[in-house]
Amino acid sequence: MAHWGYLLVLAACLIITLPLELGLRTRVYARWQRLLLTLTPVMIMFGGWDLYAVSRHQWSYDRARVLVVLPGRLPLEEWLFFVVIPICIILSFEAVRRVRPNWRDPEA
Amino acid sequence: MTYTVSVLVALAVAAIVDLGLLRTFLLGRRVFWVSYAIVLVFQLVVNGILTGWPIVRYDPRTILGTRVVEAPVEDLLFGFSLALLTLSIWVALGRRAARAPHGPGRARRRSPAA
Repeated sequence: MAHWGYLLVLAACLIITLPLELGLRTRVYARWQRLLLTLTPVMIMFGGWDLYAVSRHQWSYDRARVLVVLPGRLPLEEWLFFVVIPICIILSFEAVRRVRPNWRDPEA
Repeated sequence: MTYTVSVLVALAVAAIVDLGLLRTFLLGRRVFWVSYAIVLVFQLVVNGILTGWPIVRYDPRTILGTRVVEAPVEDLLFGFSLALLTLSIWVALGRRAARAPHGPGRARRRSPAA
């Protein structure tokens, strides 16, 4: 069961933020092309940094608490982290914009 | 580079993207800082689980050693850089869509640069 640990943490992040999309209508998942275009460079930069840090033994992952370790010694969950967490960040941002529309940048 | 140094590099990259490259100027906008404050609360919870359980372990030689809710203090800057870079790209792409002739939002041709 511990193997599911990291994945469950990420799943909880998505579940907790889902009401922002469904209830507040943040339209983050709905704008999936823009979302993919945002996630790609973020994943390249932060994933690359992660690969570098792991190769230098700056941090490591407990193999008992992840499902799959991919080449480069990064667990699958760590790559998913760079999908899930940016989504949660964008959802929070769009939620604030929905609640406070007068703070909205007219150009964005 | 230690984690301490690389996190400062990441912070600089994110700030350059926001202020120079994409010119989204999120660092000067209230909507960004309020969003970041919300993200920070949840980061402390999630990071606390990841580093306290622990799922991830740090080499003590690569960090300053100061910890905030189990996580190295460097993780706070990591999270800030991640938030700033992600939102800067997201906002820039939205701006581009709003300016596109047939895109969503106002279709504006030959409009003066804002």
